Amino acid sequence: MHRSETYTGTGECPASKPADSIGLDSPPGGLSEDQGFRISHLQVLDEFGQVDEQWEPDLSSEDLTRLYRAMVLARAVDDRMLKLQRQGRIGTFPLSVGQEAAACGPALAMTAKDWFVGSFRELGGRLMRGEPIENLLLYYNGYEEGNGFPGGDRMLPISVIIGAQTLHAVGIAHAMKLRGENDSAVVCFLGDGATSQGDFHEAMNFASVWQAPVVFICMNNQWAISVPREKQTHSRTLAQKAIAYDMPGVQVDGNDALATYSATKEALDRARAGGGPTFIEAVTYRMMMHTTADDPSRYQPAEQLEVWKKRDPLPRFRDYLTAKGIWSDEREAELEAETKQRIEDAVKAFESRTDFRPDAPFDHVFGTTHLGVEEQRAEFLGNLRKESSDA
Amino acid sequence: MRRMNMVQAINLALDEEMGRDDRVIALGQDIGVNGGVFRVTDGLHTKYGEDRVIDTPLAESGILGTSIGMAIAGLRPVAEMQFSGFSYLMLGQLEGHAARFRGRTHGKFTVPLVVRMPYGGGVRALEHHSESHEATYAHIPGVKVVIPSTPSNARGLLIAAIRDPDPVVFMEPKCSYRAFREEVPEKEQGFEIGKAQVVKGGDDLTVITWGAMMRPTLRAIEEIQQHRKVSIELIDLLTISPMDGDTIAASVAKTGRCVVVQEAPKSFGPASEIIATINDKVLMHLEAPVRRVTGYDTTMPYFGRENDFMPNADRIRRAIEDTVDF
Ligand SMILES: Cc1ncc(C[n+]2csc(CCOP(=O)(O)OP(=O)(O)O)c2C)c(N)n1
Repeated sequence: MHRSETYTGTGECPASKPADSIGLDSPPGGLSEDQGFRISHLQVLDEFGQVDEQWEPDLSSEDLTRLYRAMVLARAVDDRMLKLQRQGRIGTFPLSVGQEAAACGPALAMTAKDWFVGSFRELGGRLMRGEPIENLLLYYNGYEEGNGFPGGDRMLPISVIIGAQTLHAVGIAHAMKLRGENDSAVVCFLGDGATSQGDFHEAMNFASVWQAPVVFICMNNQWAISVPREKQTHSRTLAQKAIAYDMPGVQVDGNDALATYSATKEALDRARAGGGPTFIEAVTYRMMMHTTADDPSRYQPAEQLEVWKKRDPLPRFRDYLTAKGIWSDEREAELEAETKQRIEDAVKAFESRTDFRPDAPFDHVFGTTHLGVEEQRAEFLGNLRKESSDA
Repeated sequence: MRRMNMVQAINLALDEEMGRDDRVIALGQDIGVNGGVFRVTDGLHTKYGEDRVIDTPLAESGILGTSIGMAIAGLRPVAEMQFSGFSYLMLGQLEGHAARFRGRTHGKFTVPLVVRMPYGGGVRALEHHSESHEATYAHIPGVKVVIPSTPSNARGLLIAAIRDPDPVVFMEPKCSYRAFREEVPEKEQGFEIGKAQVVKGGDDLTVITWGAMMRPTLRAIEEIQQHRKVSIELIDLLTISPMDGDTIAASVAKTGRCVVVQEAPKSFGPASEIIATINDKVLMHLEAPVRRVTGYDTTMPYFGRENDFMPNADRIRRAIEDTVDF
């Protein structure tokens, strides 16, 4: 167990093995004494599905099943989206394969009153928050209509500008505090690359100064497109960045859904109780290309992927559920069929839609009617009519 | 002479300048091992090494801010913003510092750097990957803004930008990156920043455009000339700022009619500045109001709708014909 009483010592953060026991390629946590700080690393379920009972969270069979189903659904959606992209039926798409546990564990720890502020690689988490699959199809076909859904009031759309959402998350968290919503906190996802942005450091500082109820979950998937983690930051862990802002910073095995759940749950409880922000580094791996437009063979060592395939978050969780007697091959087969059907239904629903009003972007330029905008809308519609009559 | 596309031509210019002057370095996200997301810097990392072709951390303000320091200290940085939509994160450094060091220190410290960035729509990309906000940069005194339209002029202008003593924002029309090839001469032919190019001479009407809009404009002119006799002069602006008012004025004084084609939103863009320049210099020569064919004043829609929001050959053709017939 690696934990520093001086710096990260919240006295609550569960911790188990040092980072190097899961074989990080970059220099791990559990830093040397002369550094004067330690970073705790939490793993509950190892890559063989063995659970460390000391840290096993008390989750019902329903919750555990929900978590697994979400991870399976996310993997299947990714798989289908990749195929659709290759067939030219959607545009550029970023896959989340390998990062299901890092997204779904935290989502399970959230309540309906918490806010979900994402980047763009938390597919499973979004689906758990109720985002319809059809929304993804809309979004990745270039329609703003994919940016919202009934019931999605506490979830921001995808943030393409790397790191920007971290500040929005802190603003929302602080608003919750100012408005006296003590049962609401914010979970904010970001990538390892995002930790290089000024916005990220500003967000960490604001969160700390304001003691805002926000939990940053940094999905350290080792790559920012072609740039490896060690070129992104010279720090040996990302979690240690929390130390400078005097907030708890912990590293978890991001491919272990129990660890990501537990760390988030603890951080959210603390945030809601007025204990301020937390930074969680979820150590994981981007198992596919950055987006469908990327070719990782140009930069990614193939051996690395092989190592990480063995740490896949799904099989270990399935083994855990099976060992607990709440999963079986039959249930797996049922889930597979059901998942496939759900995705097919969404694709059909999307592909039969025709209600894309061309001038919709003019509806939302301002909240008040503006003559200049309306003149341009009229001109725009006139142009479309002339073009179709010319054609 | 070699036939190449714009990506290859920009790569060639970078290679030529890095080979000629070891103060020239390139930096940006994914430009090294990966060769850039559009492969513009392909091969340069291998050829010049990681000290001259630098994969930076993911921070636009950091890239430009450190480029400013490197430029002050005697290097010639060519920074890449992966997409122009991400470049606003470095706007503070550009406006507050790159543009000002010369004036602030009365010429003691200068900032000879280039910021390259792909811009514009038409490639079915995600949000922030499709805008044309050249006006944002052109509005900053002390910053030059260059937009090439073909492989040849991209190569020539990038070389000029790298050799320029001041900060140059070099915006690359990404939908033209691989759209066509042309002969690029063995030796660079001396493109000059601040000079527009009369691409086709004509007497009846002037069309002014730049960047990715050159191609639909050429198509529109071709279509018109298939069915009527009208002599059209086409100007490729090439440098947005400082704008070549003389070339614009000379042409419009001759033709008396003008259409400006701009991909960017309508208001407060270069087209407005061109019309103001015409007003200042040659108003009394006009025989018709100057027409603009532009984008609309909305955020660039996601790609499902983007084509309807970009000027196309059909709209350009109608604007030209209406202006001729006025
Ligand atoms: C401000 C900004 N700069 C550049 C990009 C282009 N870009 C998109 S994703 C990405 C890498 C992000 O890396 P990371 O934060 O580690 O997240 P990951 O993609 O690995 O999930 C880059 C450079 C962007 N979207 N926004």
